Amino acid sequence: MSTIADFINKNARQNVLDALAKAKDNESYHALLSLTEARALERADAVDRGEITGRLAGVPFVVKDNFLAYGAPTTAASKMLESFNAPLQATAVEKLEAEGAICIGKANLDAFAHGGSTENSAFGPTKNAIDQTRVAGGSSGGSAVVTALDIVPFALGSDTGGSIRQPASFNGVVGVKPTYGTVSRYGVVAMASSTDTIGTFATNAADAALIMDIISGRDSKDMTTLPDFFATITEAPAPLKIGLIKEFMSPEVDQDVRDRVNEYADKLKTAGHQIDDVSLPIVSLTLAMYYIIVPAEISSNLARYDGIRYGRRSQGVQTLAQLYGRSRDEGFVTENKRRIMIGSYVLSSGFFDAYYLQAQKARTLLINEFNELFKTYDVLIGPVAPTPAFLLGENTGDPIKMYLADIMTVPASLAGLPAISVPAGTSTAGLPIGVQLMGQRRSDAMLLSLAESMEQK
Amino acid sequence: MTQISRDDVQHLAQLSSLALGDDEIDSLRADIENILGYVEQLGGLDTSGVEPTYQVTDLENVWRDDTIDDYGIDRAALIALAPDSMADQIKVPKVL
Repeated sequence: MSTIADFINKNARQNVLDALAKAKDNESYHALLSLTEARALERADAVDRGEITGRLAGVPFVVKDNFLAYGAPTTAASKMLESFNAPLQATAVEKLEAEGAICIGKANLDAFAHGGSTENSAFGPTKNAIDQTRVAGGSSGGSAVVTALDIVPFALGSDTGGSIRQPASFNGVVGVKPTYGTVSRYGVVAMASSTDTIGTFATNAADAALIMDIISGRDSKDMTTLPDFFATITEAPAPLKIGLIKEFMSPEVDQDVRDRVNEYADKLKTAGHQIDDVSLPIVSLTLAMYYIIVPAEISSNLARYDGIRYGRRSQGVQTLAQLYGRSRDEGFVTENKRRIMIGSYVLSSGFFDAYYLQAQKARTLLINEFNELFKTYDVLIGPVAPTPAFLLGENTGDPIKMYLADIMTVPASLAGLPAISVPAGTSTAGLPIGVQLMGQRRSDAMLLSLAESMEQK
Repeated sequence: MTQISRDDVQHLAQLSSLALGDDEIDSLRADIENILGYVEQLGGLDTSGVEPTYQVTDLENVWRDDTIDDYGIDRAALIALAPDSMADQIKVPKVL
């Protein structure tokens, strides 16, 4: 797969034309919902004329279609926003453009990023880059697949409960979910505000670190952003204490997944790091916490889609109540409705204490358990997902089964920790498998330097 | 385990401003019942004396100056996003 350096100091127009041609050749994967061809070529010409310069001058990229960006509609893969033309750009997109990067298209996702397979897209699923009968993972499935297919050297995604890490694992690329608050969410369609993060897919850890360095930092338009702390580390880390989370390595986890993670742990040991089995006992309950807290936040965040100010408005309605109800029924896919209604349930009077409040207390216990481990360990590792990419349609009939694919990614999300997915080989059937590296808040650059140091081993 | 009826689904749909089609009510009823059944395992966890998590940043009191910022967005561009508008205003069906 190509790296960002392969596109630097080249003719930008040619870079963009090549990327667009590759995108068209790979239409059968349905990884992209739109191409921003005209705007991309205009910007490429400006780069070639020397009017736009920067660390990414002339480098093509793709954004998940829940990022507001110019040149094509921002749909969030929903009928609700099918023809929504963004009046502004996401801060992350603006920062990449300021460095000369060129957005060539918008990637498919589960509608409103609700899902773990990209099968909930209102415009049809994305297919896995290695096996077209299998899912891309999700919700940032399209971004993972365009990176894995070498259409672009990096792509932006969002990760609320694993939406970057899991598709990265399923398609054999690097995926970064940073510390909560690292990257501004201004201009990105909100899902669950207490765990939504912006990150990137790349073909290698050094490229991922470069992108994170560019897009991170405080933004007055997102009051949850942290003062800029991300500083790329180029040297390999000194010997670290690393904990392998044993609850993630139970017999229910696919044998190939456990084998690849154990091999990665052995390589870390050979490289001089200390590896111990560690326990995070509350981890079995984190999915239950997640599927209370996140739907609650979704039900609030998606209340804005009312058919009034923007987005889909149902035709032929007589009253305001009908307008809301019908526009939302038509604009949302079933999974959106499921999550909104679960959220309404757990937040409703009489149930709030038993569900939402209990989940937020349990979340405190999860954070405490992580903090306890980080007193001894620098990094925690485990699988990204219990299995390699599953078959298209395999889990669509059973929401709980689909949710279980998130079981290893939601803990870092609920605790606001940085976590990255790095390729760790393939299953016996040739499907990619990733390993997950988690660290303390603000240890993002260290995790990436560790991943980089292991790439050639 | 919590039982969810069709009426419960209708009530939740109303709280959520969703005009569900009849065909969707039955499948959503079963899904919601199963999901609530799954998350109810949290009820067995002892959380007495535990503070709920309010946020996961370590930020406190993020202040800004009380000045008007239009974020560089044009009013006309925003009105143009509305499905229906008239005389620079967003148009809606009769409310009363």
